[in-house]
Amino acid sequence: MAAHAPTKSTFASPEFRLLVIAVFVFALMAVLSPDRFLSSQNLISMAFQFPEFAILALAMTIAMMTGGIDLSVVGIANLSAVAAAMILTTYADPAMPASQSVLWLAIAIAVAIAIGAMAGLVNGSLVAFFGLPPILATLGSGLVFTGFAIAMTGGSAVMGFPDTVAVIGNAKLLGIPVPLVIFALLAVLLHLILTRTAFGLRVTMYGANPLAALYAAIDINRMLLKVYVIAGMFASVAGLIIMSRANSAKADYGSSYLLLAVLIAVLGGVNPYGGYGRVIGVVLAVLSMQFLSSGLNMLQVSNFARELIWGALLILVMVINTNAVTALRASLKPSK
Amino acid sequence: MSSERDTAFVDLRAITKRYAGVTALDSVDFTVQPGEAVCLAGENGSGKSTLIKIISGVEPATEGTIRIAGQERRTLNPRISAAAGVMVIFQDFSLFPNLSVAENIAFATQLSTHERFYKAHATKEIARKALERIGVEIDLDTRVESLPVAQKQLVAICRALASQAQLIIMDEPTTALTEKEVRRLQGIIRMLKEEGVAVIFVSHKLAEVLEVSEKVVVLRNGKKVAEGPASEFDTKSLTYHMTGRDVPEVPPSDIMPGAETLLQVRGLSKAGAFEDIDFDLKTGEVLGITGLLGSGRTSVAKALFGLVSPDAGSISIDGKTIPTGDPQAASEARIGYVPEDRLTEGLFLNQSIVRNVAVGRLDAHANGGWLNMSALVDEAAEWLKRLKVKAPDIEAPVQSLSGGNQQRVALARWLSRAPRVLILNGPSVGVDVGSKADIHDIVRDLASKGIGVIVISDDLPELLATCHRILVMRDGRIIDALDGKTVSEDDLAHRLAS
Amino acid sequence: MTNWLPKDFWTRNETLVAGVIIAFCVLATLSDPRFFTITTVSDLLRASIVIGILAVGAMLVLVSGGIDVSFTAIAVFAMYASTVFFLAVWPDAPWPLIFVVSILIGSLLGAINGFFIAFLGLPTLIVTLGTLSIFRGFLLTFIGSQRISALPPSMRDFSRGVLARGTTEAGNFYSIPWAALALVFVIVLTWFILKKTMLGRSIYAIGGSVESARRIGINVTWTQFFVYVYVGALAGLAGIIHGSVGRMADPFSLVGLELSVIAAVVLGGARLIGGYGTLTGTLLGVALIVIVQNSLIVVGIPTTWQSVTIGILILLGTGVPAYRAKRAAARAG
Repeated sequence: MAAHAPTKSTFASPEFRLLVIAVFVFALMAVLSPDRFLSSQNLISMAFQFPEFAILALAMTIAMMTGGIDLSVVGIANLSAVAAAMILTTYADPAMPASQSVLWLAIAIAVAIAIGAMAGLVNGSLVAFFGLPPILATLGSGLVFTGFAIAMTGGSAVMGFPDTVAVIGNAKLLGIPVPLVIFALLAVLLHLILTRTAFGLRVTMYGANPLAALYAAIDINRMLLKVYVIAGMFASVAGLIIMSRANSAKADYGSSYLLLAVLIAVLGGVNPYGGYGRVIGVVLAVLSMQFLSSGLNMLQVSNFARELIWGALLILVMVINTNAVTALRASLKPSK
Repeated sequence: MSSERDTAFVDLRAITKRYAGVTALDSVDFTVQPGEAVCLAGENGSGKSTLIKIISGVEPATEGTIRIAGQERRTLNPRISAAAGVMVIFQDFSLFPNLSVAENIAFATQLSTHERFYKAHATKEIARKALERIGVEIDLDTRVESLPVAQKQLVAICRALASQAQLIIMDEPTTALTEKEVRRLQGIIRMLKEEGVAVIFVSHKLAEVLEVSEKVVVLRNGKKVAEGPASEFDTKSLTYHMTGRDVPEVPPSDIMPGAETLLQVRGLSKAGAFEDIDFDLKTGEVLGITGLLGSGRTSVAKALFGLVSPDAGSISIDGKTIPTGDPQAASEARIGYVPEDRLTEGLFLNQSIVRNVAVGRLDAHANGGWLNMSALVDEAAEWLKRLKVKAPDIEAPVQSLSGGNQQRVALARWLSRAPRVLILNGPSVGVDVGSKADIHDIVRDLASKGIGVIVISDDLPELLATCHRILVMRDGRIIDALDGKTVSEDDLAHRLAS
Repeated sequence: MTNWLPKDFWTRNETLVAGVIIAFCVLATLSDPRFFTITTVSDLLRASIVIGILAVGAMLVLVSGGIDVSFTAIAVFAMYASTVFFLAVWPDAPWPLIFVVSILIGSLLGAINGFFIAFLGLPTLIVTLGTLSIFRGFLLTFIGSQRISALPPSMRDFSRGVLARGTTEAGNFYSIPWAALALVFVIVLTWFILKKTMLGRSIYAIGGSVESARRIGINVTWTQFFVYVYVGALAGLAGIIHGSVGRMADPFSLVGLELSVIAAVVLGGARLIGGYGTLTGTLLGVALIVIVQNSLIVVGIPTTWQSVTIGILILLGTGVPAYRAKRAAARAG
């Protein structure tokens, strides 16, 4: 039961429309640039590119499910990455044997994820206990997290890692890029959390009607804390992938990812007012975006045009999803 | 008859309204004379709100003719209707909480005169005149958000008056008012009528407005079923016309409550809401708590469920004190609360029927956080069946159900938790007569199983039909404790109002 | 009590922000007496002009119950497009004409936002997020992505124009540019619209309750449309001033600033739910953000902590009223 959109049949669901879009974009790019777009090299490079922002979009998704938003995901990602990078550069020598540096990598990862969880706890507390609107709470906390990363690094990049660090972002596992594996695991995990756990169902119900959730004796504060902690931990994983791929960490990496993450979540059918959203939709949205941007890249279209097309796609999908044409007719009626 | 129509301010003839195959109004005639107060009565879904929407131009009629202020109106929209002097005061008053009293009163007037510029002085002048007309003083600079409900209503009335209202339509005008405030409202209505302003009351509780009205019109299933001078109606005959049948005198429940004390409430107080609330509830007992709106009855109910933190006092079940101000603790102690407003508080409208029930049992079916989905769904479906919820598809959103079925879904959620104490706030508000009787049967059935039930209501026949004991509240205190079997409806009404 | 103070004086955000600014200035003057000079004031004023104009627009949108994150993209688009246009067509055009064209371009882009929001009823955050990408992508793809430092000469003239300049006795140089007049003009015009016209009152009314506004006959669609066009126009003005004063048309500038501007407005007491927001508060919020961005070092906080400071200010500035409201709601039951 939990996996179904309440009102829509399979073919009218936003996810189905997204599937059509993703397939269409894929086919279009394959036709326009068959030898290059379909080359294994391109497919693999795509699989390395998108997981970092796709994971941020997953973090955004769970916050949006409650009718909130997490504008601090990029700040958390960079703060965790900077912390991990400082551990690695301080304690792990690039010349260190792999057996030793792996240990330090593990510690750095643990610290990064713990920082993500702590940051999420801060966000959750601001929203749950202090009653701040999520958009302001995470806007402010995002600046604080980024600020800590700047203060720790003086604003410059931290680099000089042992080679093992590259495993997270650049290696392959059984021929599959590691970032893609991580993204797939997190996507499945989030899907299961949202649809198969008591917590996930409470998140959806709270998003649908916060007041009714209160009257249904749902422990709202605890639920919100968990939501933002999960978002924070996901963000720190994204931060680690960015760090590994860039082979450095910096306070202002990936700043364009924030709006991209919101955009993907909304494109994926997540209701920004809460109560509806499916991980499969977000995954399809990510794929559509990646196919589109890679394909355009093949066609020598500039990065900037991609941004243009993303924005247009977002608004187009919103227009379709919300029956905006009916609204237009209503708004033009003189009586209103 | 024809002369009456000539003078009428509003004259509707043979109005029919169909929505996608459903006939909401079926050839209804309706007139209002200048200076006349009309009660428009009917249950939810009887067509009374459709009729109002047609008069105020929000919806066009499918068939029929409309005359307002002597002119036939072929095309009507809210602006034309307002220009002709028809003003609607909605139940939520449609005010702007962030603007001052003066602006709220004057805004519509200034729009209608196509003012381009805002003049603070002129605005206050308009507002002052309107307030003077009904003899009320409210600080013009106060933001409306900080006013009490009764004053908000007065601001809404003044706004209508400032816009040269000839007819004021009031939707459920008395629901949120105290006795004193109702008296003042009645005085104001009399004054307006003397000035030739007509009033339509739309309500399903009419006792309070009956005495200032000339005429009563009753709708049922889209048809006008009764019309006549107000003096010929009383609460009973109105109910008869509204429901189409005499509500059977249900004999009070003959099941005796058990002997054990289940719930003990001692000295429960909260500044500004209620004071020194003391009562016991036995197993299998149905306890009514009644009082006018603002008497504190809902606050007490919420406090029992932890939604309101009392300043002092204790609540215990089976002698064990439970923490106050904590809904989880209350729910853990197996207290259930079905709120008054199903649509905003009780249900997750766009979520499926089965989820709305299952949300109460998530912990029971969670194993280390992971849900046993089939057990959860099966159990919820079982409860829906047991409460006879008529739903073609339990995966459909709960908003697709009728009021009575929605209330059963809300009940099912709590019953599935095997409550020891169940608090029902307004259990049959907005529920059709048939479902109402069923819900009362369910209440009696619960009591027979040893559950302690608290019914919060101002529906006196409902209280008499279900309750063993009835507590009457006024100004935050319990002023009477009555035996549900021996007290009469008149006696109860008298104690409530005095 | 004192009658001339508004009843809620002590609990308003404006008071809180003004208090923080005064405290900051006292601290700064104590630690460095040179802080409290006309030079500092003129520096801060110059830094406030562009953000101030943008903030006034952002405030208007918040009052109407929406949120706009695209105004920085509009500002850059309008500035860059008008500069490129005049360099190609009429490099010697007088600056007022270039300004007018920039404002018109801004209005047009604002109208696009307005169309989707007012006529199609789409959520404001999503629409402006989308148009942010669209405007920026269109600009960089089709109009240009190079920095231009050879601006039309009249724009440089504008940036040289000063209302007042001089040197204090202590030998400190100060100047107040013409652009300050633009900020004053925007404030006065917006004050007039908000306080003296029915249109302005309608914006507050819609922010208070859209449904009530419809019921009493406010033309919600066109009022909302106006808001976004006006904000676009202000962004166009802010953009061209930014380009002129900085003597550079940089298509990558300004974008990224939108959340800080909204933060300044919210600090000043505007609420995301709509209906509340004042010019005084907005300007105080801008002043606070600008002071923190420029003068943090004076009170001994290294500039690397600037972001943390602003973040904490936002959390305090919005958290204190939010927490107070939450407590009040709990008390009321």
